[in-house]
Parts: sequence; structure tokens; C-alpha cells
Amino acid sequence: MAPFILPVGSAATTVRVQPVVLFNVCDAYVRRNEGQERVIGTLLGVISEGVIDVRNCYAVPHDESSERVAVDITHHQLLAGLQAKVNPKEVVVGWYSTGDGVSGSDALIQDFYSRECQNPVHVTIDTTLQNQSLAIKAYVSRALLLGEKQLATEFVQVDCEVKTKDLESLGVDLMEKEICEKVQHDADSLETCIGQLSLCLEQASDYVDQVVAGKRKPDQAIGRSIAEAVSQVPFISKQNLEQLTNDSAQDVLLIMYLSNLVRTQLALADRLGTAALPLL
Amino acid sequence: MAQGGAPINFASITGNKSQDQPLRSVQLDGHVVLKIIKHCRESYPTLVTGQLLGLDIGQTLEVTDCYAFPRTDEQDDGTIDASSYQVDMMRCLREVNIDNNTVGWYQSTKMGVYQAEELITTYLSYQESIKRCICIVYDPHGMASGSLPLRAVTLKETFAEAAKKEGVLSLTFEKLRAKGVSRKDIFEEIPITLHNSPLAAAMATALEPEMTAVEADTARLSLSVAPKLESNLSLLNACLDDVFLEQQTVSQYARALAWQQQQQAQWLQRRRQENAGRRANGEEPLPEEDPNQFKPIKEPPAIDGFLVFNQLNQVCNQLNGITAQGLQKVALLQGFQRL
Repeated sequence: MAPFILPVGSAATTVRVQPVVLFNVCDAYVRRNEGQERVIGTLLGVISEGVIDVRNCYAVPHDESSERVAVDITHHQLLAGLQAKVNPKEVVVGWYSTGDGVSGSDALIQDFYSRECQNPVHVTIDTTLQNQSLAIKAYVSRALLLGEKQLATEFVQVDCEVKTKDLESLGVDLMEKEICEKVQHDADSLETCIGQLSLCLEQASDYVDQVVAGKRKPDQAIGRSIAEAVSQVPFISKQNLEQLTNDSAQDVLLIMYLSNLVRTQLALADRLGTAALPLL
Repeated sequence: MAQGGAPINFASITGNKSQDQPLRSVQLDGHVVLKIIKHCRESYPTLVTGQLLGLDIGQTLEVTDCYAFPRTDEQDDGTIDASSYQVDMMRCLREVNIDNNTVGWYQSTKMGVYQAEELITTYLSYQESIKRCICIVYDPHGMASGSLPLRAVTLKETFAEAAKKEGVLSLTFEKLRAKGVSRKDIFEEIPITLHNSPLAAAMATALEPEMTAVEADTARLSLSVAPKLESNLSLLNACLDDVFLEQQTVSQYARALAWQQQQQAQWLQRRRQENAGRRANGEEPLPEEDPNQFKPIKEPPAIDGFLVFNQLNQVCNQLNGITAQGLQKVALLQGFQRL
């Protein structure tokens, strides 16, 4: 009698998604064929210590009409080969689809991807905004086996986090607007930064005041963070600080002078039409 | 959005006008920027390139997607490999309705200096197949200070035409002066705008962290300008060295030319005396020109000097920007101190 194997073992994986993947999925969804309900695609990434870091993706054409699913395997394999040439470290880790949750045909696609890599992860991104939110979920599958025969596939939801560090350093404000004219940051942006900083400080001092006055329930975690932030401020005497700022200003001014000197030389050379810097 | 039976082709509607309209702006899609950043940062310090895809509509060039080129140093048969890679990639992207119209390329740079001969030659080779192309230059190093170090660069038309006709390296000072091309007329920077589809904008809002200050803000507020100044100063030094080298080549050429002209004059004088003697003796005079004796000395290409000067100019501009920011911050700190 064949052994009946129930799915065991916890799905101790975490999926970490880079924002570039999500924006690519959005673009693929916007560019889908007419009448197509969802787009699917391959996820590429790096697996280390139980964390699947999804770093890249590409859309794969598929056909889902009338009870059958056809994935363009040649397209998938060709692109996987091409991507491997650019970054050999990234391997196929699973696949994505737009929409919320898993549907019946997903088992077949999951089956296909489990031949491409071990334990493929399935990430769904709800671009249709069904529940008024862009839900991002990740699943892994477990097989219910009877001997060699597979009876069913079970999708188990796993933790999924989005790494926003990339987005943060780019500036979310750039990505939020449909058209953004000002890409470069200059002196004006320093002003907004200072504004934000003082807003943060105000919030923190408001919180502290409220706790001290007993209006708000104290939270130890927040208290520790504030204490840590305050202790980070180095104690420098007024005299030393003055000295420091003056030194730094002088350094900067010296370099400014140097660079202006070179620029003057360049302007002079331009006027004279020579290939040499006249005075250096 | 989804394409219907009769696809609307914006490029064909406005395309006939695009030739006489100058390029005013480059519109990048948000995910293109993210892709470029990812590719360039992953391979830093190796400098990498990739293709830009999009549409050329009137005065704006829309970049709607891009893909990375594989690194060429790994295989010897790079040329055959690269072209088949491009063909395959384009076909795959077309299948998922991505614009498969090449509009240029992107590349990573060190310290934001892009003025190099390769950029000009690549530009010219792109221009053979497409009318208008753009090079997006990204500096992976500059991201740390909270700004977006992206530039869109093209060649100015007069210079591009001259370079195409004569070849970049055979352009001499005389030829460039005749065309009215000076150092500043080589590169042109086009302003960049960012575009996101409504869905992508919604995604960004959904992903936005709740904190009021994000990483980019803290990076912008950082007081220490010293590391950035240091690296820019060493770049300035390197540029100045290059200028001196260039100066040496030019003065060597000038000296060699002067020496040759002197020799030639002496030789001509001697030959004339000889000929006068021969004529007096009733002999046939020797020719007054001898092409074998004085080979023309090759003039060093003017473009090298121009590029070095342009680099120097950019480094100075960068330095001025950084120092101005540094001074602002110091002034701010002094203001805080007085409070």
C-alpha cells in the first residue's frame, strides 16, 4: 500500500519584495492585452537563510480562456537565459500574478514553476484594488501525496514584506505624482527638509508633554527611541561648536575659491581660444 | 492601456513634425528609473550600460522601458552574442506590449563625469538608425547625498553633423572653428521629467512609510560634506593632470611642426641654390617639392582637449554646488547655536 503523505513542516520562509518588482508588475498590468483579466510573470531573486529576496521580474504571456491554462514556456525560458547573462546571481524563485488570492488554475502554473525551481513562491498583487487596497501576498505550495501520485496542492500564505529603502532614497514624492517636473534637488529642498525635521521634533515634544501631563498612556518603546535619539546628540561646548563651524566654513570656502579659480582659467582659455590654461 | 483592433499610434500622428522641433524634455517612467538604479548599483564599480525603449513624440522623448546589456568582458564572441541578445530581448518585450522602439541608452558613470569619446561614438552609431536618441547618465555614487544623479545628454546638432562627416578623431581645431563649434557646443543636457501611471502612483502611495522623514531627507540633512568634497577634489586633480598632458601633446605637436617647417625652409633654400647652379650649367632643375622627405605630422585630435575642458568645467560646477550646500548647512547650524 502506498504511503499517504500529508503536508507537513512549517513554511518558514519570508518573502522580501523590492519596489522595482512591484512597479514593473504595475506597468505590465497597464500594458496587458484587451480582455485579459490578469498578467503573470516570473520572479527572479536571491535566496539566503530562508528569506527569498525578490529583486527582478518579467511578464510572461499566458492564455487562460475556457478551463485551460497555457503559459508561453519558450518566452519564459528565453528571458530567463537573457536575464542570467546580465546578473547570474539572480535565479528563478517563483512567479507573480495580479489579482487577489489564489484561484484554481494557479495550481497548474505553480506545478510548471516547481519544475523550474525548488519550492516556487507565488506572489499576488491586487492591481484591481478589490478591497480598496493594493494587497501584496505571498504563498508557497505544499503537495498532498499518495505514494508518487499527487492528490492536491495547498497554498500556504507566508510573510511578505516590501523593502522600501530603495524607494525612500529615491524619494517617494517623485513616484507619487503622475508628472513630476522637478527631479534635481537644490537649495529649496533643504528648506523643506528642515521643515520636516522641525515637524518631527514638534511631534516628539508634543508626545512627551502629553505623557508628562498624564493625558496619554506612555509607551516604553517610543520612550526608549526618544531617549536613544537624545543621547545621540553629542555634547559640544559652545566655544568648540563655534570653532568647528568656523573651521568647516573656512575649508569649504577655500575649496570654493579653488574651483572658482579653475573656472576663471577655463573662461579665459575659452576667450583666448587656446588649448592651454593660460595662468596655471 | 490595452490595445484595441486599431492601435492608436501617437508617434505616427506627431511623428512627421518631430524632425523640425527641438528636443525639449525627456520623460522617464518611474519604473525605468528604478530599473536603471538597480542595474547600475548592483554592478558598481563596474560601469554598465543598457537600452532605453520608448516613443519620440514631438518635443518630448518618452522613455517607457529599458533593459540591461550583459557584461561583455566575460565572453570573447561579444559582438554576435550582443546582437542576438538584443533581438531576443526585443521580441520578448514586444510580446508583452512594451514599446519596442529604441530611443537611446543609459550608462553608469563615476562621479557624474560623462564627457568621453565613447559617448560621442556610441551616439553617432545610434543616430545612424534612429533620428533622435538620448543618453541617460547615472552616477551610483551620488545617490548617498539624497539627490537623484540622473542626466539626459545629447550631442548638439552642429557638432554631431561635423563629427559624422569627418570622423570624431580627425576633427582639428581649424575645422571646428570653421563650423563655429566651441567647447560648449558639444554636449547638451535635456531636462528630465518623471512620469508614473496612475496605478504606479497609487502603488507608491500605498508603500509610503508612515514616518514623516525618510532616508532621502536625512541624507540631505547630513552635515558632513568632507567625503564628497574629497572625492570631487581628487577628481579635479585628475582632470588637471589630464589638461596638462593634453597641453603637452599640443605643444609637442606645435614644436615638431615648427621644427619641420624650419627644416623644410632650409631644405628649400638649399635646393633653390642648387637649382640656380644647375640652371647656370644648363642642367635640368630638380623639383622643389619632395613629398618623401617631409611627412606631415599628425595633428592631435581637438576633441580630446575639448572633452578634458568640459570635464573640468563639470567638476568645478559640482564642487560649487557642494560647497554652496555645505555653507548653507554651516550657516544653519550657526543659527541653531544662537537659539
